[in-house]
Amino acid sequence: MGAALLEIRELSKSFRTDSKTVQALHHIELDVQEGEFVTVIGPSGCGKSTLLRIVAGLDVGYEGQATLDGRAISGPGIDKGFIFQEPRLFPWLTVEKNIAADLSLRNPEVKRRVGELIELVRLNGFEKAYPKELSGGMAQRVSIARALLRNPRILLLDEPFGALDAFTRAHMQEVLLDIWRRNGTTMIFVTHDIDEAVFLGSRIVILKPRPGEIRAKIGVDLPYPRKKASAAFQDFRMRVLNEFERIDELSWGEAGAGI
Amino acid sequence: MSMRVVAVKPLLYGLIIPVLLLATWQILGARGMISPLLFPTPSRIYEDFHSMLVSGELWTNLRISLVRALWGFLLGGGLGALAGLLVGLFRQLERAIDPSLQMIRMIPHLAVTALFILWFGIGETSKVLLIAKGAFFPLYINTFLGIRNADNKLHEVSRVLGFGFFKRSFLMALPSALPNIFLGIRLSLGVAWLSLAVAELLGSTEGIGYLMMDARMLGRTSVVFVGIAIFAVIGKLSDSLVRGIERRALRWNDTYRG
Repeated sequence: MGAALLEIRELSKSFRTDSKTVQALHHIELDVQEGEFVTVIGPSGCGKSTLLRIVAGLDVGYEGQATLDGRAISGPGIDKGFIFQEPRLFPWLTVEKNIAADLSLRNPEVKRRVGELIELVRLNGFEKAYPKELSGGMAQRVSIARALLRNPRILLLDEPFGALDAFTRAHMQEVLLDIWRRNGTTMIFVTHDIDEAVFLGSRIVILKPRPGEIRAKIGVDLPYPRKKASAAFQDFRMRVLNEFERIDELSWGEAGAGI
Repeated sequence: MSMRVVAVKPLLYGLIIPVLLLATWQILGARGMISPLLFPTPSRIYEDFHSMLVSGELWTNLRISLVRALWGFLLGGGLGALAGLLVGLFRQLERAIDPSLQMIRMIPHLAVTALFILWFGIGETSKVLLIAKGAFFPLYINTFLGIRNADNKLHEVSRVLGFGFFKRSFLMALPSALPNIFLGIRLSLGVAWLSLAVAELLGSTEGIGYLMMDARMLGRTSVVFVGIAIFAVIGKLSDSLVRGIERRALRWNDTYRG
Protein backbone atom coordinates (compact mmCIF):
# COMPACT_ATOMS: atom_id res chain seq x y z
CA MET A 1 0.00 0.00 0.00
CA GLY A 2 1.39 3.41 -0.99
CA ALA A 3 1.43 6.60 1.02
CA ALA A 4 -1.92 7.49 2.51
CA LEU A 5 -3.90 10.50 1.29
CA LEU A 6 -4.13 11.84 4.83
CA GLU A 7 -1.45 11.09 7.39
CA ILE A 8 -1.78 12.10 11.02
CA ARG A 9 1.17 11.47 13.30
CA GLU A 10 1.52 12.14 17.01
CA LEU A 11 -1.16 14.82 16.76
CA SER A 12 -1.96 16.66 19.97
CA LYS A 13 -3.94 19.79 20.58
CA SER A 14 -4.72 21.65 23.76
CA PHE A 15 -6.90 24.64 24.49
CA ARG A 16 -6.10 27.18 27.11
CA THR A 17 -8.96 28.56 29.13
CA ASP A 18 -8.59 31.20 31.85
CA SER A 19 -7.26 28.95 34.53
CA LYS A 20 -6.29 25.64 33.00
CA THR A 21 -5.15 23.89 29.88
CA VAL A 22 -7.49 21.30 28.40
CA GLN A 23 -5.96 18.51 26.37
CA ALA A 24 -8.41 18.10 23.47
CA LEU A 25 -6.43 15.57 21.46
CA HIS A 26 -3.56 13.40 22.54
CA HIS A 27 -1.18 11.47 20.28
CA ILE A 28 -3.59 10.75 17.45
CA GLU A 29 -2.27 8.39 14.76
CA LEU A 30 -4.45 7.96 11.71
CA ASP A 31 -3.95 7.21 8.02
CA VAL A 32 -6.78 7.65 5.56
CA GLN A 33 -6.42 6.03 2.15
CA GLU A 34 -7.82 7.51 -1.02
CA GLY A 35 -11.47 6.51 -1.48
CA GLU A 36 -12.03 5.48 2.13
CA PHE A 37 -15.15 6.40 4.08
CA VAL A 38 -13.97 6.87 7.64
CA THR A 39 -16.52 7.54 10.35
CA VAL A 40 -15.27 9.04 13.59
CA ILE A 41 -17.38 8.40 16.65
CA GLY A 42 -17.09 9.22 20.30
CA PRO A 43 -18.91 10.84 23.22
CA SER A 44 -19.14 14.61 23.38
CA GLY A 45 -15.92 16.27 24.44
CA CYS A 46 -13.74 13.59 22.87
CA GLY A 47 -12.23 16.04 20.40
CA LYS A 48 -13.74 14.55 17.24
CA SER A 49 -14.78 17.94 15.88
CA THR A 50 -11.39 19.38 16.78
CA LEU A 51 -9.70 16.58 14.85
CA LEU A 52 -11.85 17.36 11.82
CA ARG A 53 -11.20 21.09 12.06
CA ILE A 54 -7.47 20.48 12.19
CA VAL A 55 -7.67 18.38 9.03
CA ALA A 56 -9.72 21.19 7.43
CA GLY A 57 -7.07 23.73 8.34
CA LEU A 58 -9.57 25.70 10.43
CA ASP A 59 -7.77 25.04 13.69
CA VAL A 60 -4.06 25.52 13.62
CA GLY A 61 -1.53 25.50 16.39
CA TYR A 62 -1.37 21.76 16.94
CA GLU A 63 1.56 19.54 17.81
CA GLY A 64 2.61 16.65 15.63
CA GLN A 65 1.99 16.24 11.93
CA ALA A 66 -1.02 16.32 9.68
CA THR A 67 -0.37 16.00 5.96
CA LEU A 68 -2.67 15.81 2.97
CA ASP A 69 -1.04 14.46 -0.20
CA GLY A 70 2.25 14.68 1.68
CA ARG A 71 1.93 18.42 2.35
CA ALA A 72 1.50 19.76 5.87
CA ILE A 73 -1.96 21.21 6.50
CA SER A 74 -1.51 24.89 7.27
CA GLY A 75 -4.87 26.48 6.45
CA PRO A 76 -8.27 25.94 4.90
CA GLY A 77 -8.77 25.53 1.17
CA ILE A 78 -10.98 24.02 -1.46
CA ASP A 79 -8.99 20.77 -1.55
CA LYS A 80 -10.58 20.03 1.84
CA GLY A 81 -14.35 20.25 1.54
CA PHE A 82 -16.06 20.92 4.86
CA ILE A 83 -19.68 20.32 5.78
CA PHE A 84 -20.71 21.99 9.03
CA GLN A 85 -23.39 20.85 11.41
CA GLU A 86 -25.68 23.55 9.97
CA PRO A 87 -25.87 24.12 6.20
CA ARG A 88 -24.44 27.64 6.45
CA LEU A 89 -25.68 28.76 3.06
CA PHE A 90 -25.44 32.36 1.91
CA PRO A 91 -29.04 33.49 2.54
CA TRP A 92 -28.96 36.07 -0.28
CA LEU A 93 -28.07 33.53 -2.96
CA THR A 94 -30.32 31.02 -4.72
CA VAL A 95 -29.54 27.32 -4.56
CA GLU A 96 -27.54 27.27 -7.78
CA LYS A 97 -25.66 30.45 -6.88
CA ASN A 98 -24.88 29.07 -3.44
CA ILE A 99 -23.35 26.01 -5.04
CA ALA A 100 -21.37 28.15 -7.48
CA ALA A 101 -20.48 30.70 -4.72
CA ASP A 102 -17.44 32.55 -6.08
CA LEU A 103 -17.62 30.85 -9.49
CA SER A 104 -19.72 32.42 -12.23
CA LEU A 105 -22.72 30.55 -13.58
CA ARG A 106 -22.12 32.38 -16.87
CA ASN A 107 -19.21 30.02 -17.37
CA PRO A 108 -20.85 27.12 -19.25
CA GLU A 109 -18.55 24.58 -17.58
CA VAL A 110 -19.54 25.78 -14.11
CA LYS A 111 -23.19 25.85 -15.14
CA ARG A 112 -23.00 22.28 -16.42
CA ARG A 113 -21.29 20.96 -13.30
CA VAL A 114 -23.69 22.78 -10.98
CA GLY A 115 -26.53 21.18 -12.92
CA GLU A 116 -24.96 17.74 -12.50
CA LEU A 117 -24.50 18.27 -8.77
CA ILE A 118 -28.07 19.45 -8.33
CA GLU A 119 -29.05 16.18 -9.98
CA LEU A 120 -26.68 14.24 -7.73
CA VAL A 121 -28.04 15.72 -4.50
CA ARG A 122 -31.60 15.43 -5.86
CA LEU A 123 -32.60 19.07 -5.82
CA ASN A 124 -33.98 19.37 -9.35
CA GLY A 125 -36.53 22.16 -9.57
CA PHE A 126 -35.06 24.11 -6.64
CA GLU A 127 -32.27 25.84 -8.58
CA LYS A 128 -33.80 29.29 -8.09
CA ALA A 129 -35.05 28.82 -4.51
CA TYR A 130 -33.62 30.83 -1.65
CA PRO A 131 -32.28 29.06 1.47
CA LYS A 132 -35.21 30.25 3.57
CA GLU A 133 -37.50 28.22 1.30
CA LEU A 134 -35.60 24.96 1.87
CA SER A 135 -36.00 22.31 4.54
CA GLY A 136 -33.01 21.45 6.71
CA GLY A 137 -32.17 18.33 4.71
CA MET A 138 -32.39 20.16 1.38
CA ALA A 139 -30.18 22.98 2.64
CA GLN A 140 -27.59 20.49 3.84
CA ARG A 141 -27.59 18.84 0.40
CA VAL A 142 -26.89 22.24 -1.15
CA SER A 143 -23.88 22.66 1.12
CA ILE A 144 -22.63 19.19 0.11
CA ALA A 145 -22.98 20.14 -3.56
CA ARG A 146 -21.13 23.40 -2.89
CA ALA A 147 -18.19 21.47 -1.47
CA LEU A 148 -18.22 18.83 -4.23
CA LEU A 149 -18.16 21.42 -7.02
CA ARG A 150 -14.60 22.24 -5.93
CA ASN A 151 -13.46 18.64 -6.46
CA PRO A 152 -12.04 18.30 -2.94
CA ARG A 153 -9.37 15.68 -2.28
CA ILE A 154 -11.26 14.85 0.88
CA LEU A 155 -14.73 15.70 2.20
CA LEU A 156 -14.95 16.41 5.93
CA LEU A 157 -18.39 16.19 7.52
CA ASP A 158 -18.95 17.41 11.08
CA GLU A 159 -22.17 15.78 12.34
CA PRO A 160 -23.91 17.02 9.20
CA PHE A 161 -27.19 15.22 9.81
CA GLY A 162 -27.35 15.77 13.56
CA ALA A 163 -30.15 18.32 13.37
CA LEU A 164 -32.36 16.32 11.02
CA ASP A 165 -35.28 14.08 11.89
CA ALA A 166 -34.81 10.31 11.66
CA PHE A 167 -36.43 9.87 8.23
CA THR A 168 -34.60 12.76 6.60
CA ARG A 169 -31.40 11.56 8.18
CA ALA A 170 -31.80 8.05 6.74
CA HIS A 171 -32.48 9.57 3.33
CA MET A 172 -29.43 11.83 3.58
CA GLN A 173 -27.26 8.85 4.47
CA GLU A 174 -28.42 7.13 1.27
CA VAL A 175 -27.69 10.28 -0.74
CA LEU A 176 -24.20 10.51 0.73
CA LEU A 177 -23.40 6.85 0.05
CA ASP A 178 -24.66 7.34 -3.49
CA ILE A 179 -22.27 10.28 -3.94
CA TRP A 180 -19.41 8.25 -2.48
CA ARG A 181 -20.18 5.30 -4.76
CA ARG A 182 -20.37 7.48 -7.88
CA ASN A 183 -17.56 9.98 -7.21
CA GLY A 184 -15.25 7.95 -5.00
CA THR A 185 -14.65 11.04 -2.82
CA THR A 186 -12.64 10.28 0.31
CA MET A 187 -14.79 11.04 3.35
CA ILE A 188 -14.25 11.62 7.04
CA PHE A 189 -17.59 11.73 8.80
CA VAL A 190 -17.87 12.73 12.44
CA THR A 191 -20.96 11.58 14.33
CA HIS A 192 -22.13 10.54 17.77
CA ASP A 193 -24.68 8.11 16.36
CA ILE A 194 -23.41 4.52 16.35
CA ASP A 195 -25.95 3.36 13.75
CA GLU A 196 -24.88 6.13 11.44
CA ALA A 197 -21.19 5.33 11.89
CA VAL A 198 -21.71 1.63 11.14
CA PHE A 199 -24.11 2.26 8.28
CA LEU A 200 -21.80 4.65 6.42
CA GLY A 201 -18.20 3.83 7.25
CA SER A 202 -15.81 1.52 5.55
CA ARG A 203 -13.82 2.05 8.74
CA ILE A 204 -14.78 3.34 12.16
CA VAL A 205 -12.48 5.30 14.41
CA ILE A 206 -13.61 5.36 18.05
CA LEU A 207 -12.38 8.20 20.22
CA LYS A 208 -12.45 8.42 23.98
CA PRO A 209 -12.55 11.70 25.92
CA ARG A 210 -10.24 13.46 28.39
CA PRO A 211 -7.85 13.49 26.74
CA GLY A 212 -9.13 12.74 23.22
CA GLU A 213 -7.42 9.56 22.16
CA ILE A 214 -8.12 6.87 19.62
CA ARG A 215 -9.71 3.94 21.41
CA ALA A 216 -10.04 1.66 18.41
CA LYS A 217 -10.02 1.56 14.62
CA ILE A 218 -12.36 -1.05 13.19
CA GLY A 219 -12.71 -1.97 9.53
CA VAL A 220 -16.37 -2.52 8.65
CA ASP A 221 -16.49 -5.59 6.43
CA LEU A 222 -20.24 -5.44 5.81
CA PRO A 223 -21.08 -5.13 2.10
CA TYR A 224 -22.96 -2.08 0.84
CA PRO A 225 -25.87 -1.44 0.68
CA ARG A 226 -26.26 -2.23 4.34
CA LYS A 227 -29.49 -3.10 6.06
CA LYS A 228 -29.81 -1.65 9.54
CA ALA A 229 -32.21 -4.42 10.55
CA SER A 230 -29.94 -7.28 9.43
CA ALA A 231 -28.30 -9.58 11.98
CA ALA A 232 -24.81 -8.84 10.65
CA PHE A 233 -25.36 -5.10 11.09
CA GLN A 234 -26.64 -5.58 14.62
CA ASP A 235 -23.66 -7.81 15.48
CA PHE A 236 -21.30 -5.13 14.29
CA ARG A 237 -23.18 -2.49 16.19
CA MET A 238 -22.74 -4.55 19.36
CA ARG A 239 -18.99 -4.66 18.80
CA VAL A 240 -18.84 -0.88 18.64
CA LEU A 241 -21.11 -0.58 21.66
CA ASN A 242 -18.80 -2.85 23.63
CA GLU A 243 -15.92 -0.54 22.90
CA PHE A 244 -18.02 2.32 24.23
CA GLU A 245 -18.77 0.54 27.43
CA ARG A 246 -15.10 0.11 28.03
CA ILE A 247 -14.66 3.86 27.46
CA ASP A 248 -17.35 4.55 30.02
CA GLU A 249 -15.68 2.41 32.63
CA LEU A 250 -12.35 4.06 31.96
CA SER A 251 -13.44 7.68 31.85
CA TRP A 252 -15.83 7.47 34.79
CA GLY A 253 -13.08 5.92 36.79
CA GLU A 254 -10.60 8.66 35.93
CA ALA A 255 -12.51 11.88 35.46
CA GLY A 256 -15.52 11.43 37.68
CA ALA A 257 -18.55 13.55 36.84
CA GLY A 258 -17.11 15.08 33.72
CA ILE A 259 -20.17 15.32 31.56
CA MET B 1 -59.49 40.88 -6.01
CA SER B 2 -57.96 39.95 -2.70
CA MET B 3 -54.65 41.32 -3.99
CA ARG B 4 -56.21 44.77 -4.36
CA VAL B 5 -57.62 44.69 -0.86
CA VAL B 6 -54.17 43.81 0.47
CA ALA B 7 -52.58 46.69 -1.44
CA VAL B 8 -55.20 49.32 -0.57
CA LYS B 9 -55.77 48.52 3.09
CA PRO B 10 -52.42 49.66 4.52
CA LEU B 11 -52.74 52.90 2.54
CA LEU B 12 -56.15 53.52 4.11
CA TYR B 13 -54.82 52.84 7.58
CA GLY B 14 -52.01 55.31 7.02
CA LEU B 15 -54.48 57.99 5.91
CA ILE B 16 -56.72 57.89 9.00
CA ILE B 17 -54.69 60.27 11.15
CA PRO B 18 -53.88 62.92 8.48
CA VAL B 19 -57.49 63.02 7.25
CA LEU B 20 -58.95 63.39 10.75
CA LEU B 21 -56.44 66.11 11.54
CA LEU B 22 -57.16 68.07 8.35
CA ALA B 23 -60.92 67.79 8.78
CA THR B 24 -60.83 69.07 12.37
CA TRP B 25 -58.51 71.89 11.35
CA GLN B 26 -60.72 72.94 8.45
CA ILE B 27 -63.88 72.93 10.58
CA LEU B 28 -62.27 74.87 13.42
CA GLY B 29 -60.80 77.40 10.98
CA ALA B 30 -64.02 77.86 9.02
CA ARG B 31 -65.90 78.61 12.26
CA GLY B 32 -63.31 81.20 13.21
CA MET B 33 -62.25 79.28 16.30
CA ILE B 34 -58.53 79.51 15.45
CA SER B 35 -56.50 82.44 14.15
CA PRO B 36 -56.42 82.57 10.34
CA LEU B 37 -53.01 84.27 10.50
CA LEU B 38 -51.35 81.53 12.56
CA PHE B 39 -53.42 78.63 11.22
CA PRO B 40 -54.79 79.33 7.75
CA THR B 41 -57.32 76.65 6.86
CA PRO B 42 -56.30 73.69 4.69
CA SER B 43 -58.46 74.99 1.86
CA ARG B 44 -56.64 78.36 1.99
CA ILE B 45 -53.27 76.58 1.98
CA TYR B 46 -54.39 74.54 -0.99
CA GLU B 47 -55.38 77.66 -2.92
CA ASP B 48 -51.92 79.14 -2.41
CA PHE B 49 -50.36 75.83 -3.35
CA HIS B 50 -52.40 75.77 -6.53
CA SER B 51 -51.48 79.28 -7.59
CA MET B 52 -47.77 78.64 -6.89
CA LEU B 53 -48.02 75.46 -8.94
CA VAL B 54 -49.67 77.24 -11.88
CA SER B 55 -47.20 80.15 -11.85
CA GLY B 56 -44.30 77.67 -11.93
CA GLU B 57 -42.80 79.26 -8.82
CA LEU B 58 -43.19 76.04 -6.86
CA TRP B 59 -41.59 73.75 -9.40
CA THR B 60 -38.61 76.05 -10.02
CA ASN B 61 -37.78 76.19 -6.34
CA LEU B 62 -38.58 72.55 -5.68
CA ARG B 63 -36.26 71.47 -8.45
CA ILE B 64 -33.41 73.48 -6.97
CA SER B 65 -34.04 71.97 -3.54
CA LEU B 66 -34.25 68.44 -4.93
CA VAL B 67 -30.97 68.82 -6.79
CA ARG B 68 -29.23 70.11 -3.65
CA ALA B 69 -30.62 67.30 -1.51
CA LEU B 70 -29.70 64.70 -4.10
CA TRP B 71 -26.09 65.88 -4.51
CA GLY B 72 -25.65 66.24 -0.78
CA PHE B 73 -27.08 62.78 -0.20
CA LEU B 74 -24.98 61.16 -2.94
CA LEU B 75 -21.80 62.83 -1.75
CA GLY B 76 -22.31 62.32 1.99
CA GLY B 77 -24.11 58.98 1.81
CA GLY B 78 -21.65 57.59 -0.73
CA LEU B 79 -18.64 58.59 1.34
CA GLY B 80 -20.38 57.34 4.48
CA ALA B 81 -21.03 53.91 2.99
CA LEU B 82 -17.46 53.72 1.69
CA ALA B 83 -15.99 54.76 5.04
CA GLY B 84 -18.27 52.33 6.88
CA LEU B 85 -17.18 49.52 4.57
CA LEU B 86 -13.47 50.22 5.00
CA VAL B 87 -13.64 50.81 8.75
CA GLY B 88 -15.77 47.67 9.06
CA LEU B 89 -13.24 45.59 7.14
CA PHE B 90 -10.04 46.90 8.72
CA ARG B 91 -9.77 47.01 12.47
CA GLN B 92 -6.67 49.22 12.32
CA LEU B 93 -8.62 51.77 10.31
CA GLU B 94 -11.37 51.63 12.90
CA ARG B 95 -8.91 52.53 15.62
CA ALA B 96 -7.39 55.28 13.49
CA ILE B 97 -10.39 57.15 12.15
CA ASP B 98 -13.55 56.10 13.96
CA PRO B 99 -12.90 58.25 17.06
CA SER B 100 -12.41 61.36 14.92
CA LEU B 101 -15.52 60.63 12.88
CA GLN B 102 -17.59 60.14 16.02
CA MET B 103 -16.37 63.51 17.26
CA ILE B 104 -17.38 65.22 14.01
CA ARG B 105 -20.73 63.48 14.22
CA MET B 106 -21.48 65.23 17.50
CA ILE B 107 -20.88 68.73 16.12
CA PRO B 108 -24.29 70.35 15.67
CA HIS B 109 -25.36 71.33 12.19
CA LEU B 110 -26.00 74.90 13.16
CA ALA B 111 -22.50 75.23 14.55
CA VAL B 112 -20.81 74.25 11.30
CA THR B 113 -23.28 76.16 9.17
CA ALA B 114 -21.69 79.41 10.31
CA LEU B 115 -18.25 78.14 9.30
CA PHE B 116 -19.43 76.74 5.98
CA ILE B 117 -21.02 80.06 5.05
CA LEU B 118 -17.82 81.81 6.05
CA TRP B 119 -15.72 79.49 3.93
CA PHE B 120 -17.93 78.89 0.92
CA GLY B 121 -20.38 81.78 0.99
CA ILE B 122 -24.11 81.16 0.78
CA GLY B 123 -23.78 79.49 -2.62
CA GLU B 124 -24.50 75.89 -3.54
CA THR B 125 -21.25 74.50 -2.12
CA SER B 126 -21.98 75.29 1.50
CA LYS B 127 -25.49 73.86 1.23
CA VAL B 128 -24.46 70.65 -0.49
CA LEU B 129 -21.67 70.16 2.04
CA LEU B 130 -23.99 70.72 4.97
CA ILE B 131 -26.41 68.14 3.58
CA ALA B 132 -23.51 65.78 2.92
CA LYS B 133 -22.33 66.11 6.51
CA GLY B 134 -25.77 65.10 7.70
CA ALA B 135 -26.17 62.22 5.24
CA PHE B 136 -22.71 60.81 5.95
CA PHE B 137 -23.22 59.44 9.43
CA PRO B 138 -26.29 57.22 9.24
CA LEU B 139 -24.81 55.34 6.29
CA TYR B 140 -21.38 55.25 7.87
CA ILE B 141 -22.60 53.79 11.16
CA ASN B 142 -25.04 51.32 9.65
CA THR B 143 -22.69 50.02 6.97
CA PHE B 144 -20.04 49.54 9.64
CA LEU B 145 -22.50 47.73 11.92
CA GLY B 146 -23.74 45.56 9.06
CA ILE B 147 -20.22 44.44 8.19
CA ARG B 148 -19.43 43.70 11.82
CA ASN B 149 -22.70 41.83 12.29
CA ALA B 150 -21.84 39.40 9.50
CA ASP B 151 -22.23 35.88 10.84
CA ASN B 152 -18.93 34.41 11.94
CA LYS B 153 -20.23 31.04 10.72
CA LEU B 154 -20.41 32.43 7.19
CA HIS B 155 -16.95 33.81 7.64
CA GLU B 156 -15.78 30.28 8.36
CA VAL B 157 -17.54 29.11 5.20
CA SER B 158 -15.68 31.73 3.21
CA ARG B 159 -12.42 30.40 4.65
CA VAL B 160 -13.31 26.82 3.79
CA LEU B 161 -14.19 27.94 0.25
CA GLY B 162 -10.74 29.49 -0.01
CA PHE B 163 -11.95 33.09 -0.36
CA GLY B 164 -9.22 35.70 -0.23
CA PHE B 165 -9.70 39.20 1.11
CA PHE B 166 -11.67 40.57 -1.83
CA LYS B 167 -14.04 37.65 -2.16
CA ARG B 168 -14.56 37.58 1.57
CA SER B 169 -15.38 41.29 1.56
CA PHE B 170 -17.61 41.45 -1.49
CA LEU B 171 -19.21 37.99 -1.55
CA MET B 172 -19.66 37.54 2.20
CA ALA B 173 -19.35 40.69 4.33
CA LEU B 174 -21.00 43.23 2.02
CA PRO B 175 -24.12 41.18 1.19
CA SER B 176 -24.46 40.37 4.90
CA ALA B 177 -24.50 44.09 5.58
CA LEU B 178 -27.20 44.89 3.01
CA PRO B 179 -30.16 45.03 5.44
CA ASN B 180 -28.23 47.52 7.57
CA ILE B 181 -27.08 49.47 4.53
CA PHE B 182 -30.68 49.93 3.42
CA LEU B 183 -31.60 51.19 6.86
CA GLY B 184 -28.66 53.58 6.58
CA ILE B 185 -29.88 54.82 3.19
CA ARG B 186 -33.32 55.57 4.58
CA LEU B 187 -31.93 57.40 7.60
CA SER B 188 -29.42 59.29 5.45
CA LEU B 189 -32.13 60.41 3.05
CA GLY B 190 -34.15 61.68 5.98
CA VAL B 191 -31.23 63.59 7.42
CA ALA B 192 -30.36 65.00 3.98
CA TRP B 193 -33.87 66.35 3.74
CA LEU B 194 -33.71 67.91 7.20
CA SER B 195 -30.29 69.40 6.47
CA LEU B 196 -31.66 70.89 3.30
CA ALA B 197 -34.25 72.77 5.30
CA VAL B 198 -31.60 74.04 7.72
CA ALA B 199 -29.33 75.14 4.88
CA GLU B 200 -32.06 76.92 2.94
CA LEU B 201 -33.70 78.57 5.92
CA LEU B 202 -30.41 80.05 7.08
CA GLY B 203 -29.47 81.79 3.91
CA SER B 204 -30.71 81.23 0.42
CA THR B 205 -32.25 82.99 -2.52
CA GLU B 206 -34.05 80.03 -4.02
CA GLY B 207 -35.45 76.68 -2.98
CA ILE B 208 -38.38 75.56 -0.88
CA GLY B 209 -36.70 76.71 2.33
CA TYR B 210 -36.23 80.17 0.82
CA LEU B 211 -39.91 80.29 -0.16
CA MET B 212 -40.81 79.55 3.45
CA MET B 213 -38.40 82.16 4.86
CA ASP B 214 -39.69 84.75 2.43
CA ALA B 215 -43.32 83.94 3.21
CA ARG B 216 -42.70 84.11 6.93
CA MET B 217 -41.32 87.63 6.64
CA LEU B 218 -44.24 88.69 4.49
CA GLY B 219 -46.72 87.11 6.87
CA ARG B 220 -47.96 84.59 4.32
CA THR B 221 -48.36 81.76 6.76
CA SER B 222 -50.18 79.56 4.28
CA VAL B 223 -47.06 79.41 2.07
CA VAL B 224 -45.05 78.29 5.11
CA PHE B 225 -47.54 75.45 5.45
CA VAL B 226 -47.19 74.62 1.75
CA GLY B 227 -43.43 74.29 2.32
CA ILE B 228 -43.94 72.09 5.35
CA ALA B 229 -46.35 69.87 3.43
CA ILE B 230 -43.89 69.54 0.57
CA PHE B 231 -41.07 68.51 2.92
CA ALA B 232 -43.36 65.95 4.52
CA VAL B 233 -44.79 64.50 1.30
CA ILE B 234 -41.54 64.35 -0.68
CA GLY B 235 -39.70 62.97 2.33
CA LYS B 236 -42.27 60.22 2.65
CA LEU B 237 -42.26 59.47 -1.08
CA SER B 238 -38.47 59.12 -1.20
CA ASP B 239 -38.58 56.85 1.83
CA SER B 240 -41.26 54.68 0.22
CA LEU B 241 -39.18 54.46 -2.94
CA VAL B 242 -36.18 53.16 -0.99
CA ARG B 243 -38.36 50.74 0.93
CA GLY B 244 -39.73 49.41 -2.34
CA ILE B 245 -36.22 48.81 -3.65
CA GLU B 246 -35.26 47.30 -0.30
CA ARG B 247 -38.13 44.83 -0.39
CA ARG B 248 -37.03 43.60 -3.78
CA ALA B 249 -33.34 43.51 -2.99
CA LEU B 250 -33.82 41.73 0.34
CA ARG B 251 -36.35 39.14 -0.86
CA TRP B 252 -34.03 36.47 0.52
CA ASN B 253 -34.11 37.90 4.03
CA ASP B 254 -35.91 35.58 6.44
CA THR B 255 -37.05 37.86 9.24
CA TYR B 256 -40.11 38.49 11.35
CA ARG B 257 -42.61 40.55 9.39
CA GLY B 258 -45.01 41.55 12.15
